[in-house]
Amino acid sequence: MFKVNLSTPQSRLTIQKIGYLSLTLIAILTVVPIIAIVVHIFIQGFSAISWEFLTGFPKDGMRAGGIFPAIVGTFYLTLGTAIFSIPISIGAAVYLSEYASENRWTQIIRIAIINLAGIPSVVYGLFGLGLFVIFLQFGTSILAGCLTLSIMTLPIFISTAEEAMRSVPQSFRVVSISLGASQWQTIRRIVLPQAQPGILTGVILGLERAVGETAPILFTAAAFFLPQLPNSPFDATMALPYHLFVISTQVPGMPVNLQYGTALVLLLFILGMNILATLVRSHARKQRQW
Amino acid sequence: MFKSRDWSEFVITRIIKLTGYSTIIFVVLIFFFLLNEGFPTFIEVPFASLISDRWYPIEGYYGILPLLIGSLVVTVGATTIAIPVGLCTAIFISEISPRWLRDILKPAVEILGGIPSVVLGFLGIIVLSPYLRVLLNLPTGLSAFTGAVLLAAMSLPTIVSIADDALDAVPRSYRNASLALGATDWQTIWNVTVPAARSGILTAFMLGIGRTIGETMTVMMVTGNAPVLFKGFLSFLYPVRTMTATIAAEMGEVATGSIHYHILFFIGIILFLFSLVINITASAVVFRQHKKVEKILS
Repeated sequence: MFKVNLSTPQSRLTIQKIGYLSLTLIAILTVVPIIAIVVHIFIQGFSAISWEFLTGFPKDGMRAGGIFPAIVGTFYLTLGTAIFSIPISIGAAVYLSEYASENRWTQIIRIAIINLAGIPSVVYGLFGLGLFVIFLQFGTSILAGCLTLSIMTLPIFISTAEEAMRSVPQSFRVVSISLGASQWQTIRRIVLPQAQPGILTGVILGLERAVGETAPILFTAAAFFLPQLPNSPFDATMALPYHLFVISTQVPGMPVNLQYGTALVLLLFILGMNILATLVRSHARKQRQW
Repeated sequence: MFKSRDWSEFVITRIIKLTGYSTIIFVVLIFFFLLNEGFPTFIEVPFASLISDRWYPIEGYYGILPLLIGSLVVTVGATTIAIPVGLCTAIFISEISPRWLRDILKPAVEILGGIPSVVLGFLGIIVLSPYLRVLLNLPTGLSAFTGAVLLAAMSLPTIVSIADDALDAVPRSYRNASLALGATDWQTIWNVTVPAARSGILTAFMLGIGRTIGETMTVMMVTGNAPVLFKGFLSFLYPVRTMTATIAAEMGEVATGSIHYHILFFIGIILFLFSLVINITASAVVFRQHKKVEKILS
């Protein structure tokens, strides 16, 4: 390779200048496409957004009309995921943060959480299909989709909730117990309320992930087209990410701006949740009592 | 530990303990369910056929080799792009950029991480693949290469944020000592900071790889979905099919309990085991429990 002269400070500084420049270029290479993607979708999809688009049903085989059932479906799925996943996650996070001692079993729990986080989303879909749709006979339903999505989001909720609880100073707990409270009372009245913003941030970010996922709901909840909104948890539903997938790959002659419009709505949901989480996080930082 | 006082506290403590252990129950449940539905494959499909190079389920050809190699090719391609770019971006964010720039870059990367896979796949179909088709004069823009580029974009945020955290965690004193000995910032970064953050950076890489292997929708939309065997380097510019896309694409059409059904679950088991191995290795690197693994990886 090149014979690099490292002996003089001048040459080393030159190498540094070149190095910094290359890293800056690479960083720009990373960031510019991100901005370009978001801006591109905004520009192309904006024309499709209208009141009819957001509140109407698809017409003409999806080629016209609106995406209201998909929006509603995504909302139901997200709500259901939150209902199932949050209690279990907070319970697990409380256990890991307040009760568990660092022994072999706790390590196994942590490995289990890491593994749940790493399982591919399509494998979750497979599992959801096998267990909820077929074995428990829920059929293709919102219920099956929510249960699948909630297992998938467990690791995110648990790890952020645990981190939020761990950041509550130990002195709070000690003072509470010295005043005569039991451990659970301490958790319920001191630790959890103090950790609440952090937990909330984690919940928003986890649900944000659930909103965008297609593979888990592919076999468990999603329907190609439904003429009416779902009436019960046992109904199948349309959903935004699945709808985008369908109209961009399965519908010939689909107007491009409607595809962009759907993508834009989905992106707005995600960005909105991101911004919400950031606001909660910074508000919490100001409100913090330690 | 403070002992619980009354009955309700006792019950609540037990419930909390149960939710804690439920994570283990879920992992085991998933694994056994996959195993239960996927295991018949060994009985129904002769092993030689399983590792053959023809995947054509309608005609009874269940060779998973093209799928394995498809996943491998796309993952290797994506990783080749994502790891250098991710590491350099992380170093830039953590060591070089001024405070105000970092406060722009970190959220930007997080936004990229939040973009759903379908949206990237959609952009791949509409924008990237026609562009590549014209640029490289290919028959179709839906190829392993397109998939690799988009997957690199998807795993980049994971790699950047974990590597950035790892670099941040290196004590100031290391850098100060190096600078005090006369090294430039650049020399310090590559000879002191990065090696010190080695285990965290490796974790970042492994989690990025794990994310890439498991990605479904983007690959299903842009890699062309042709289960052909990879022949030579140029095949990278031609369609492939990954394991994940196979499951997603064909699961809707199989009859429950058929051979095809079982083998799709079998592929699910393979994916599950891959991610298991990657994640356990990554956490072993972090917890520094197995020094041997770290020596091999570094």
